[in-house]
Amino acid sequence: MNLRSSWVDLPRLKNRFTVLTLAVLVVFAVLLLRLWFLQVISNDRYRELSEKNRIRYLPVAAPRGPVYDRNGLLLIDNRPGFTIAALRQEVEDSTLMLDQLSRYLGTDRAILADNWQKGKKLPRYSPAPLAVDVGRDIVEQVQENAIDLPGVVTLVKPVRSYPYGDMGAHLFGYLGEITEKELRSGDYNDYRGGEFVGRSGLEQYLESSLRGIEGERLLEVDVKGKELRTLKTLEARPGKKVFLTLNAALQKAAEEALGDQSGAAVALDVRTGEVLCLANRPSYDPSFFARGIRDDEWLDLLQNRRHPLQNRALKGQYPPGSTFKLVTVMAALRSGLVSPDHTVHCNGKFTVGNRDFRCWKKNGHGDVDLKKAVRESCDVWFYEVSLQIGIDRIADAARDLGLGRATGYLADDEKGGLIPDQAWKKKRFKDRWYDGETVIAAIGQGYVLVTPIQLAVMTAAVANGGKVMRPYVVERVEDFDGNLLLRHEPETVRSGTFAEKDLRVLRDGLDAVVNEPHGTGWLARVPGVRVAGKTGTAQVVRQSEEDLDLKDEEIAYEHRDHALFVAYAPAEAPEIAVAVVVEHGSHGSTAAAPVARAIFAAYFQKDILSEPVDADAIGENE
Amino acid sequence: MFDRRLLTHFDWVLLLLVSLIAGIGILNLYSATSSWEAGSTPIFVKQFYWLSIGLGIALLLCLFDYRHLEYFAVPLYSLNVVLLVLVLVAGKTSMGATRWLNLGFFNLQPSELMKIMIIFILARYFNERDPILGFDLRELLTPFALLAVPTLLIMKQPDLGTAMLVIFIAASIGLFAGIRRRTLVTLGVLGMGAVFVGWRLLHGYQKERIRTFLNPERDPLGSGYHIIQSKIAVGSGGFFGKGFMQGTQSQLSFLPERHTDFAFSVFAEEWGFTGSLILLLLYLLLVSWGIYVARRANDRFGMYLALGVTAMLFWHIVVNLGMVIGLLPVVGVPLPLFSYGGTSMVTTMVGVGILLNISMRRFMF
Repeated sequence: MNLRSSWVDLPRLKNRFTVLTLAVLVVFAVLLLRLWFLQVISNDRYRELSEKNRIRYLPVAAPRGPVYDRNGLLLIDNRPGFTIAALRQEVEDSTLMLDQLSRYLGTDRAILADNWQKGKKLPRYSPAPLAVDVGRDIVEQVQENAIDLPGVVTLVKPVRSYPYGDMGAHLFGYLGEITEKELRSGDYNDYRGGEFVGRSGLEQYLESSLRGIEGERLLEVDVKGKELRTLKTLEARPGKKVFLTLNAALQKAAEEALGDQSGAAVALDVRTGEVLCLANRPSYDPSFFARGIRDDEWLDLLQNRRHPLQNRALKGQYPPGSTFKLVTVMAALRSGLVSPDHTVHCNGKFTVGNRDFRCWKKNGHGDVDLKKAVRESCDVWFYEVSLQIGIDRIADAARDLGLGRATGYLADDEKGGLIPDQAWKKKRFKDRWYDGETVIAAIGQGYVLVTPIQLAVMTAAVANGGKVMRPYVVERVEDFDGNLLLRHEPETVRSGTFAEKDLRVLRDGLDAVVNEPHGTGWLARVPGVRVAGKTGTAQVVRQSEEDLDLKDEEIAYEHRDHALFVAYAPAEAPEIAVAVVVEHGSHGSTAAAPVARAIFAAYFQKDILSEPVDADAIGENE
Repeated sequence: MFDRRLLTHFDWVLLLLVSLIAGIGILNLYSATSSWEAGSTPIFVKQFYWLSIGLGIALLLCLFDYRHLEYFAVPLYSLNVVLLVLVLVAGKTSMGATRWLNLGFFNLQPSELMKIMIIFILARYFNERDPILGFDLRELLTPFALLAVPTLLIMKQPDLGTAMLVIFIAASIGLFAGIRRRTLVTLGVLGMGAVFVGWRLLHGYQKERIRTFLNPERDPLGSGYHIIQSKIAVGSGGFFGKGFMQGTQSQLSFLPERHTDFAFSVFAEEWGFTGSLILLLLYLLLVSWGIYVARRANDRFGMYLALGVTAMLFWHIVVNLGMVIGLLPVVGVPLPLFSYGGTSMVTTMVGVGILLNISMRRFMF
């Protein structure tokens, strides 16, 4: 060993080797410390980042709950909606892709290009939707040409569908995409962008039941976003099943009978308050909303002069006209001041102070008792009687029949109407009540306002012995396995406020309206079923003396009277009550009564087309 | 001429160490490229071929006495410089840089060769002089010129990573040879000036890389992506790792260049801190063994040669590891014996062959 060359043993070199070795050790120690920091101390953070890299959360849309009528007919369903989208990270040549797609879809290339640009603002791996809700044939086209369209995918999500088209649109309500503002508001915590929420009607009222719980798929993806495998699936839970008291046949009959007229028709089961139909015309197509309504479509609906979005049955406030005479009759009988035999001579007008109030029948009805007054709708009888009993008794009776406040049908989706009395007048106008106001209130004009559903509740109360029922349309809610979650029981809001003998007197009169000679409601007759009812014609504008002689067609549409009809059947053991309002329909007997007739026919399953109205005792048009 | 003592003194430890690291490297390449579509020869098999060729070259290099290199250093170095000039004149361009000479059967990368030649020529120069007080500026002028000429040629290609390594190797030899304190200070000042001037001469992408290194989140999808993904891979490995072939970063291709420059990240992700520690210790052992060979070398020329080769290994290891764990900017420097690549493997094995040569002739006169 001592033979080894001496140069290495020079202390100078020895030192250098020591320094060199130390330097190497220090550098390796630094590397190791750094590895310790990354792999041990910061492991959690980096593990999370690596998971974020490889795992995508894919929401799985849940269908909203289906809605059925009382016989189990599916009223609101879901259908698969197809969206053509592109995974940006897999599209190699966007120009080529847009050209190809434009050809397959038949869509303007500019629209596709616009959507493609919008998609770039989405999170990195979210597919950019290019064409929303396309047809099945187009989906097939795109899938057949998948090789030419790298990165183009078809997304499926459930979309609300309506087997009966625009039927019941107002009752069911429509959907709208959740807004950014709502998402931020904190009221929609478990919602995500792009979801649809109920905006009106049942969809809104039952949002929490109908909405499904979104599922989630955990996917492992590679750097290109390619899905390699599903790590975990959380199934989507569909919304709850809702069963309505509604009868689709009645709803259909009511809407068809209303036809192109503007108006509403409500039918209730008089024993329970179940809503059998709740029709509104004109209507709109709720499927526009389900797929996301376009601005121009929305504007059309808003600007339409006939207000197709308005739920007239609940929110339309109309003067009830002669249908209000039910109230006046009950007020008169309850007061004890007027007996059914009370007779008034009608010569066509009635004078209060220095003002004349006319009967609808120019030449007068002659001597009129209660039954005749109801049957032939003699205004003068009611003018005279109303002055005897006073406005406050009339108002009390109206409220006891369910008028003047919301019926409680659905939370806050309803107007209350208006039943005026002395206190109200004082508060509202700081003025006393005048007799002239009493007489016109007695025939449902002046300040009095009611909604169609209130009229139906009132009529049902008269028919069922004085019970004001709370109308309801949701019979029960079940979860998807059929477990009962909620059931509505009939709810009596008010009862025992009228004597049965008084109600019977009124019902006799209402029976006569339809079934006796000179009755105004004969157009509501249904073969085999005895209908009782009352017509009503409500003035929209005060008509001058000359106007009274004009024919209906000569009056401007907006100035024509509203036509009303309330009725129940069978007269001897009432089951169903109906209220119909036809805006500017001119006469309750001709415009509104046939709608009620169609509903009754549907309810009792009578064929009214082959059996014309029994016209042996033709009445008169009020 | 062949001495039996050569066989008895053969450095089995070094050979074993090198084979062990390269073996782990091939295993790691198997995992790193397992998600690749089955094409021609798999990468790990090719690496195995390169390892065999490399070992063959290393053993061939043991056959002659390294001391002959002292005489061949000048012509070899000169030839290499000529080749570097040829690259600039008639080189093959790929990915924006001209680094290769097409020799028909294979592509030669003269800049890679220069990592070895600079060791030969400087070992020769410093072996001939031994000033007691260390070298001064005037005496360093020649080695500086010997370094500057090829470095500038390499930078012109441009290949900043290789140029930097050549400088690091040369500087390591020079520092060990001894430099006067005053000269060292002067060089330090000059070096800082050079950095300043160099920054202005750097290409846009090179500046970008350095900026990104200083703040990777500046451009997480662009040039910062490499560093971020590599750190995620290493960091998510944890103490015991995700398991062989189980690294999500590498198997799902989030990690770029995972068979070449970022091969260590794959290893760190799958084997965790435990695996990293073992591999780092193996590399430390390799470098220490190189220093040990230098220390026991038979003459000063051998010592300088061994030191140069060791410096080459050391700087490759440090620059690569520093890069993948986010301590140094991203420069395309492979990890010796671990990253895939024939050039890197051959260069490393030439170095290993020289170390073996010096080691087995430590008792020869």
